[in-house]
Amino acid sequence: MDAFLHQLFSGIATGGIYASVALALVMIYQATHHVNFAQGEMAMLSTYVALTLIQAGVPYWIAFVLTVGASMIVGIGIQWLVLRPLEKAPVLASVGVFIGMLLMFNSVAGWIFSYTLKPFPSPFGEGPPMLNGLFSRHELGSTGVTLLVLTAVWAFFRFTRLGLAMRAAAFNPISSRLVGVPVAKMLALGWGLAAGIGAVAGMMVAPVVFLDPNMMAGVLLYAFAGALLGGITNPLGAVVGGLLVGVIENLGGAYVVGTELKLSMALVIIVVVLVVKPSGLFGKTLASRV
Amino acid sequence: MKRRTVLTGLGGIAASAMVRPAAAATVGVTKTEIKIGNTIPYSGNASSYGVIGKADAAYFQMINDQGGINGRKINFITLDDGYAPAKTVEQVRRLVEQDEVALLFNSLGTANNTAIHKYMNTKKVPQLFVSTGADKWGDPKGFPWTMGWQPSYRTEAQIYAKAILENYAGKKCALIYQNDDFGKDYLGGLQDALGKDFEKHFTKLITYEATDPTVDSQVVALKDSGAEVMVSAAIPKFSAQIIRKAYDIGWKPVHYMSNVSASVGATINPAGPEKAVGVITSAYQKDPTDPEWANDPGMNEWRAFMKKYIPDGDLADGGYSFGFGVSMTMVQVLKQCGDDLSRENIMKQAANIKRLDVPVLLPGVYVSTTPDNFHPIRQMQLTRWTGKTYERFGKVIDAT
Repeated sequence: MDAFLHQLFSGIATGGIYASVALALVMIYQATHHVNFAQGEMAMLSTYVALTLIQAGVPYWIAFVLTVGASMIVGIGIQWLVLRPLEKAPVLASVGVFIGMLLMFNSVAGWIFSYTLKPFPSPFGEGPPMLNGLFSRHELGSTGVTLLVLTAVWAFFRFTRLGLAMRAAAFNPISSRLVGVPVAKMLALGWGLAAGIGAVAGMMVAPVVFLDPNMMAGVLLYAFAGALLGGITNPLGAVVGGLLVGVIENLGGAYVVGTELKLSMALVIIVVVLVVKPSGLFGKTLASRV
Repeated sequence: MKRRTVLTGLGGIAASAMVRPAAAATVGVTKTEIKIGNTIPYSGNASSYGVIGKADAAYFQMINDQGGINGRKINFITLDDGYAPAKTVEQVRRLVEQDEVALLFNSLGTANNTAIHKYMNTKKVPQLFVSTGADKWGDPKGFPWTMGWQPSYRTEAQIYAKAILENYAGKKCALIYQNDDFGKDYLGGLQDALGKDFEKHFTKLITYEATDPTVDSQVVALKDSGAEVMVSAAIPKFSAQIIRKAYDIGWKPVHYMSNVSASVGATINPAGPEKAVGVITSAYQKDPTDPEWANDPGMNEWRAFMKKYIPDGDLADGGYSFGFGVSMTMVQVLKQCGDDLSRENIMKQAANIKRLDVPVLLPGVYVSTTPDNFHPIRQMQLTRWTGKTYERFGKVIDAT
């Protein structure tokens, strides 16, 4: 029983990591209807920026805010510089750009910061593990941060005019423009917010998996799975999906199929869910009229 | 099945070539020169290994300054492969077919040497003292033209098995390994040393994938198995996670850790130096930063070499002393060859090194080979993390 609880909680903790990255994917999808493959690498670069600030003596939370701010500006910049010219290009062109950015950011990070593994501090302190060793302080703290981000994203899209305008701009750019929504600005803002959320995710993930240029490679895959499982149009769905993937993967690996097949098992379950309910567990089916 | 037939066939051809007189076969050798090729990453994400190539080149420069070997100077051509196997193939073909080197020496990287393994053996060009810990380089029957240098992962695991038998016989053991050739070499080594008793000792085996974000779940399962001894065959990222997670869930097994992860900077510090106290790994070289070797005549020989030939090199970087040791082995082989520098004789001499003491290796660790043993270094000493440094303990253990 004790071991089962440990597996369960360790699954929730890992799932929390996937959930935080999945939120960034939901953000960018809601705002632009694109899935950004470079999201993980952008988050990793942001984390390096945070580490550089902290090592220069900036207190953690100030470095945190500065990093999120800088990441948002860079995100907006990328949208203006790289994606805007591709606005009318087919989707595949954007996919090409995203993959190109993934490789580019990865190499740039390695070139500037080297490929050596680096420890990243946790703002929640080291301290002894809690609840009979089930949860470390960082795992508890970062889960809290993920839930905060979730609430903020959900409230933003649900209750603010800006959030509504952003969804409209992504869903139907032409009509939005006709009713006065500044579509270009909305897309850029969406990129900025997604980059900011990614930066938060990176800083929460790094103390667990350690910081190196390939930190996000594995995480992004699971985060995609989580977002699709929960529904990529729904922030709550993405978080639940991320947690579910973490738990399924851990329990399945420990008790059902063994560690070699645990990723495969998680993905099989996701495929089954998507076949039955293509928009994900919490997703809404959107119909666009052409 | 088919592959095995090809391999034995290859071995047969090579063996028959070895007995042939070496009259015309002195490619890369003139009256005044021996041409040696090498590939190593001077650029890219593994460029920190480039210091080994620099040390090799400097060592041969020193030998040339001392008059060379039997009147011949070494012409060392070392090329950058950026750690990319495709690039290694291209560079090695250039070395063998255009530059016509006599042999390839100390090329670095498991995937890189794998990419040229068959080519070198088909072309019958010696691929000597490669810088990788994989076990497959010591296969004189299948690949008679290839040889490693450092103790292989498999040798290391055999040494851990011996230490466990001696100190923790009867305790439950567990193994966590990366699910690829690297991790499986450790499984193989433990099985070699424990034989039929392997399953009696190791009651829990668990794998992880190199793409897994964390191995927390595996560590929980290992604790659950009730094991008191753990062997971990993992790269630094996951070794650090294993150390931290075991500590966090209050599990304190005797931990034998692959020396791939011995680095303080890449493993111990990320995990937390206090959490790693008691972790055991193994060493075969003298650590240049260890105060014990501050006045060691062997290490001073290396330091004098560094001062003269690589004055700006970092004296804390073990890559330089590694290059020194492996190049010394190469020079020994060439000396043994005398005037017959045919590729056949070079291989024959490489497989006949009689206990060569290399000053940068730990006392009791030496280089020796025979025609059926292509694993030049087979001894290691255990070393334990104390919270500040590693401390060697016990006697040197011989895997064979």
